[in-house]
Amino acid sequence: MNLKRPERERASPSDSGSRAAERMSLTEKDKAAVKALWAKISKSADAIGADALSRMLLVYPQTKTYFSHWPDMKAGSEPVKKHGKKIMGGVGLAVSKIDDLTAGLLELSELHAFQLRVDPANFKLLAHCLQVVIANMFPKDFTPEAHVACDKFLANVALSLSEKYR
Amino acid sequence: MVEWTDFERATIQDIFSRIDKDVVGPAALSRCLIVYPWTQRYFGSFGNLYNAAAITSNPKVAAHGKVVLSGLELAVKNMDDIKQTYADLSVLHSEKLHVDPDNFKLLADCLTIVVAAQMGPGFTCDVQAAFQKFLAVVVSSLRRQYH
Repeated sequence: MNLKRPERERASPSDSGSRAAERMSLTEKDKAAVKALWAKISKSADAIGADALSRMLLVYPQTKTYFSHWPDMKAGSEPVKKHGKKIMGGVGLAVSKIDDLTAGLLELSELHAFQLRVDPANFKLLAHCLQVVIANMFPKDFTPEAHVACDKFLANVALSLSEKYR
Repeated sequence: MVEWTDFERATIQDIFSRIDKDVVGPAALSRCLIVYPWTQRYFGSFGNLYNAAAITSNPKVAAHGKVVLSGLELAVKNMDDIKQTYADLSVLHSEKLHVDPDNFKLLADCLTIVVAAQMGPGFTCDVQAAFQKFLAVVVSSLRRQYH
């Protein structure tokens, strides 16, 4: 049995005291990795958002239920492109507020809690699709180290977005 | 029984003929051990899993990654009865290896990401959907004998 403790640093002091069941807090190394990855991909943010959203709607058809008001949900359609851009705006905001996601995403959290009421399980689905797109478009940059930091980051964003749900 | 469209069948065969199996299996397994470190619990005898570099260069991880991919190829060859094909593997994972079946999804997600990285523009939305449907059937078949 491997009893040697793996190389992992302490998490940074947690943000605004929010404790959720699964929060695996971001270390300074994670934050640096996320910012470095964002610097490389942010110019393609709109394309990433549109592609990720298209994939989510196709691969996880239950997510279409949130967009029944759209005339067109096909990949590359106007509503999908526009909404993908909006989502990436939120991701960019989260990157800039990475030291305190819960405070930084407060308005978005209230939006998702009281108006959109997206079941939080869906955040994981979008996070997966975002990472598939990033891996697909930036295979050399989306190393395993970048992947784990990004996965943790998106999980933390999801937790902060569902902060106000109940 | 799972219904596969012609597109889905062709896509799965195509993916597995395109990917470098000696690369994808090891890459997916090592990514899983790095991104979801609690999965390392099943690999206590594999030696140094201390950090990402150690995991990526660990020969036992690489060897096992290839074993996992051969298992998937079995499913590709028996797409119309993955459930039955995997019955023994399911019992193995449950009764002998004692793997929490939630982990299967984690490895499946890492496989999707590794294949997406390898295939570039060919990994369209429709191809991803077909691949994830295939992996979902594989995962479901592996879970089936748990009790």
